[in-house]
Amino acid sequence: MTTVATFEITYTRFLDPQGEPTQPLPAFAREPAALIALYRAMVAARAFDAKAIALQRTGKIGTFASALGQEAVGVGAASAMRAEDVLVPSYRDHPAQFVRGVTMVENLLYWGGDERGNDFAVPRHDLANCVPIATQVTHAVGAAYAFRLRREPRAAVCLLGDGATSRGDFYEGLNMAGVWNAPLVVIVNNNQWAISVPRHLQSAAVTLAQKAIAAGIEGRQVDGNDVIAVRHAVEEALAKARAGGGPTLIEALTYRLGDHTTADDATRYRDTETVRQQWQFEPILRLRNYLARVGSWDKEREEALQHECSEQMSRAVDDYLAVPPPSPDAMFDCLYATLPAALEEQRAAARRFASDGGERSG
Amino acid sequence: MAEVNLVEAVNLALAYAMAHDPDVVVLGEDVGVNGGVFRATVGLQARFGAGRVVDTPLAEAGIAGVAVGMAVAGLKPVAEIQFTGFIYPTLDQIINHASRMRHRTRGRLSCPLVLRSPSGAGIHAPEHHSESPETLFAHVPGLRMVIPSSPARAYGLLLAAIRDPDPVVFFEPTRLYRLFKQDVEDSGEALPLDTCFVLREGSDLTLVSWGAMLQETLAAGDALAGEGVSAEVIDVATLKPLDLATILESVAKTGRCVIVHEAPRTVGCGAEIAAGLAEHGLTSLLAPVQRVTGYDVVIPLPRLEHHYLPSVARILDAARKALEFA
Repeated sequence: MTTVATFEITYTRFLDPQGEPTQPLPAFAREPAALIALYRAMVAARAFDAKAIALQRTGKIGTFASALGQEAVGVGAASAMRAEDVLVPSYRDHPAQFVRGVTMVENLLYWGGDERGNDFAVPRHDLANCVPIATQVTHAVGAAYAFRLRREPRAAVCLLGDGATSRGDFYEGLNMAGVWNAPLVVIVNNNQWAISVPRHLQSAAVTLAQKAIAAGIEGRQVDGNDVIAVRHAVEEALAKARAGGGPTLIEALTYRLGDHTTADDATRYRDTETVRQQWQFEPILRLRNYLARVGSWDKEREEALQHECSEQMSRAVDDYLAVPPPSPDAMFDCLYATLPAALEEQRAAARRFASDGGERSG
Repeated sequence: MAEVNLVEAVNLALAYAMAHDPDVVVLGEDVGVNGGVFRATVGLQARFGAGRVVDTPLAEAGIAGVAVGMAVAGLKPVAEIQFTGFIYPTLDQIINHASRMRHRTRGRLSCPLVLRSPSGAGIHAPEHHSESPETLFAHVPGLRMVIPSSPARAYGLLLAAIRDPDPVVFFEPTRLYRLFKQDVEDSGEALPLDTCFVLREGSDLTLVSWGAMLQETLAAGDALAGEGVSAEVIDVATLKPLDLATILESVAKTGRCVIVHEAPRTVGCGAEIAAGLAEHGLTSLLAPVQRVTGYDVVIPLPRLEHHYLPSVARILDAARKALEFA
């Protein structure tokens, strides 16, 4: 018997949970301003989460999926991207979307039940939230294929969760990306939970990163609570993709500190003490400790940032609430490039039976 | 002008589209070197390269999913699913993503893909190779569902489907692939989508069908002519969105209608046409609308498939019922 294949999965971390470097930081992280930008983005995303949950509780938006505790994944990934790259997110990736340029108002509109929230002004070419699980992986592969075919130096970055790695779409997408050497980075936000199903019931694989190996592509793990590690890994993967080196799967280890969505009650299936323990690993405090240690952050700056985020959120909420509702027949708009004649009668009915309905319903 | 059969017409349309639009790509299982199991894509890879004519891994959901991604990124993918019996894994991608991409982004993104698939029975194919699931796609808002019934319409409608800015599911009746030839001018001229074609004018009875069943439907029209009955024959061609106006106009003239389709009866597209006639054409109708369809059974294996498929005799029987109703 001979061994015909072996594999290894590496794990990367730069900051330990106390914010202490475990190894020399990568080039981008030696500039405090760059790290402060990441820190601000994570804090803003968390402020958005808290406000969005409050808006849901008061009936101002619908069901919302919080990214609490997983901010480093989206912020790290999106900050490594170029504007012309394409982000292919799941539904828990507003931290990445905000870095890309999607506004909080647009995100609130989407969760508030208005498709116009997906019509973001920037970036026009990113995909919108994907609610079905893992189906977006193949979209990212297709987009990456298009970039390669047209010889554009662009890449696709796909975000998904640990549960998504159990679906066929994930495997089909990775497999195709490997065969086609697609300029693609797939990032698994392994937050340990798919609603109530824990990671160990999701897969017997020791790592989710090793699922890349069967597709013939590189898989690696990073500490998903370390924004430096996430950004560094995504930067490396994007550089490789642009240089024709093909796709990479990055498993970012995080923990879902919140409920699955506002429609979920995680106390039904998980121990609150475990969750409390996990707070010591969360990404924002970790980076703040590091920044404070190197003299780039202090209490005053923190207070100023919190104030700024609070103001920004208030403005976003005001702007969101001020958006007039769509017209009742807007559901016929954009169904096709041109509405087929067969649908004119139904649109007329929607107009005819529309109440004057100016109120925003919950 | 060349005499071509339907599968050659598909090939001509694909080649024309690829030659005139660098964004058009063809992908699917065995479409490249092998030219497709029915040879619909033969010669395309040699002419346009492996980058634009892609032999994909064997993964139907993946094929549909990457086509969505390609389309969103500005390509015009024409994806082949080898048989409609294997199209079901694509439903998630087509229904959840392709059909709603434009709508859910308010027009910011769109999904101009074509999903081609050989469909239907009558070629003694193995299990899962004879299905007619057009009704699944015709139910989906945001999609177009198109089935040609001749080489010329395959050519013109496929070009229209590829140029259409929205997703189109395009079924090619396998039974017609090599059944007959027709003069098709490779001019790049598309036929209109969303429009029924009146194949034969008549005044006593309207026969409505699509795809391969137009063979039997046209034959029934001929037989009726021999009996002195003037039948109008309509090829629906685009099942979604449905051009009910053309059918209504015909029935306003004839007062009698027989709908013929190969797919099972219940919730088949014939039911939608019959309902449309009841809603909008009741006062024109001189007799109940008749349906001649595949039975509500699992499509049988080859030994019985010809008993499943609507025959000329069954169509004539329904036509007589419609004609004799006082």
